Amino acid sequence: MTNERKSCEVVFHVRRFNPETDEKPYWQQFTVKVEPGMTVLDGLHQIKRQHDFSLAWRYSCRMGVCGSCGMLINGSATLACNTQILDISDRNLTIAALPNFKIIRDLVSDLSPMFEKHVAVLPYMLRDDIQEMHEPTGEYYQSPDDLLEYLQFTYCIKCGCCMAACPTMATDDAFLGPQPLAQAYRYTIDNRDDGTDRRKKAVTVEHGLFRCHYGGECSAVCPKGVDPARAIQLMKKQLFFDFLKLTKHKTPAHVLGRPEGVERNPKIPEPPPYTVEQE
Amino acid sequence: MRKSTAWNLHMLAGLCLVILLGIHMITTHLDLILGWFNPAGGEAINWRNVVGRGMHLSWMLFYICFLGIALYHGLYGLRSILFELTLTRGAEKVVTAVLVTFGIALFIMGAAAAVVFQSQAMGA
Amino acid sequence: MLQLKRHPNKLGIGGWLLKGRWGYERYLYILHRITGLGILTYFLLHIFVTSSRVLGMKTWEAVMGVLHHPVFMLGEYAVYAAFIFHALNGIRLILIEYGFAVGKAEEPVYPYRSSVNVQRPLGVGVMVLAVILALVGAARFFMLNGG
Repeated sequence: MTNERKSCEVVFHVRRFNPETDEKPYWQQFTVKVEPGMTVLDGLHQIKRQHDFSLAWRYSCRMGVCGSCGMLINGSATLACNTQILDISDRNLTIAALPNFKIIRDLVSDLSPMFEKHVAVLPYMLRDDIQEMHEPTGEYYQSPDDLLEYLQFTYCIKCGCCMAACPTMATDDAFLGPQPLAQAYRYTIDNRDDGTDRRKKAVTVEHGLFRCHYGGECSAVCPKGVDPARAIQLMKKQLFFDFLKLTKHKTPAHVLGRPEGVERNPKIPEPPPYTVEQE
Repeated sequence: MRKSTAWNLHMLAGLCLVILLGIHMITTHLDLILGWFNPAGGEAINWRNVVGRGMHLSWMLFYICFLGIALYHGLYGLRSILFELTLTRGAEKVVTAVLVTFGIALFIMGAAAAVVFQSQAMGA
Repeated sequence: MLQLKRHPNKLGIGGWLLKGRWGYERYLYILHRITGLGILTYFLLHIFVTSSRVLGMKTWEAVMGVLHHPVFMLGEYAVYAAFIFHALNGIRLILIEYGFAVGKAEEPVYPYRSSVNVQRPLGVGVMVLAVILALVGAARFFMLNGG
């Protein structure tokens, strides 16, 4: 970076709400001395240490992995731990809880509706060979190309940023939302999965797939590059091609058993002995 | 109708409308620049142009198709917007019923006008 | 378990446009809605107005005489411009929603390039083309004078 960054004072405008005492949220200002390299999360810690210990927010890993600290920072839904303060402002910073979710307290929003909708799209392998799933005899076959089809969508950390940014979510309570729909596609397109029909039923409901009109906001804010908008459009494409009978009938990936009649390469070392007793 | 069928038809209707409404716009609004489809010349809404178009069977069919497709596309779009305002189940049913009835009524009215006008224009 | 009240925080209809810093596509989305509703309103009235041709030449010319008022001309131009935008953006949306303009799934590598970036040229092209066609229409509406 060419321009030298200096420490400066930034005013944090934080939207506060305490369910025990407040009727509705209000804005409170804190002046924080910001050093280069400080994230918004660090700034919040500073406020808690120096100004107001009652400020509440949710965080855990502080490195963009757990998806707990999603909040609305300067009008854009993102992770507090992933945002450098000086990247976005050296004067004012507005911080509020993620919209489209109910506020529990201060910056903590209630993400449970998202989790419920996530479960509703059956986000797990659906296959007929239950026995093989529980006691695997080998691996399911999958090529690197098959992997790429869904890999991007597995990076979702369920932070809720996409749900907060979605314009349909802004008014529609029943809309499944970008996160669950992207996960529906992630499992449908996985070649090990055989649940396309059941998942299709789950997403083509009144407030499902077709309530997405490509505002593009979910993909723009996603802190992990998951691109839910792409997943939703690709799912529509898949449904359309299925309808036209243009897709080849997909059989779920078969099991790759251990190869027979092959000698073990002596250069490959034996696994270390068990450290616990085997039954 | 299944949700996905209804949505796909909405998209198909939209695509048709680009063409149909495009022709309509060229006829009525680019009349002085291009002058297509206006037998008497001048403005498209001159009575002689209206009669000139109205007496052709193909224009009558054009207007009827146009009417039906545009009503479906427009009212489905309106329904989408209304549904996204978190209605109750009951309200959703009422909205659908009202829009379907309204759409069919308008279609019958407009189509009847086109058919009657065509026979009038042929007679004139 | 103690259940504390939650404060509702839906953005509401205002959130379609305001209450945040949104991207270009979100404004296209809201413009698509507004133009759609505008065209629909005009269209429903238009059915009644044009059906009046059944009543003969006199009624028709009386109705059209009223509609030659500058206010209605401006309104008609707004509908024309709305159609141009709605049609072009509609084609863009069809390409996107059937999955043709959003690109293939790829491994996300920072800085992320999402489907929004992939279809962005389409979004810009739509607006440029819409402005050009709207200007052509403006020439007809406000400069040429029909006989």
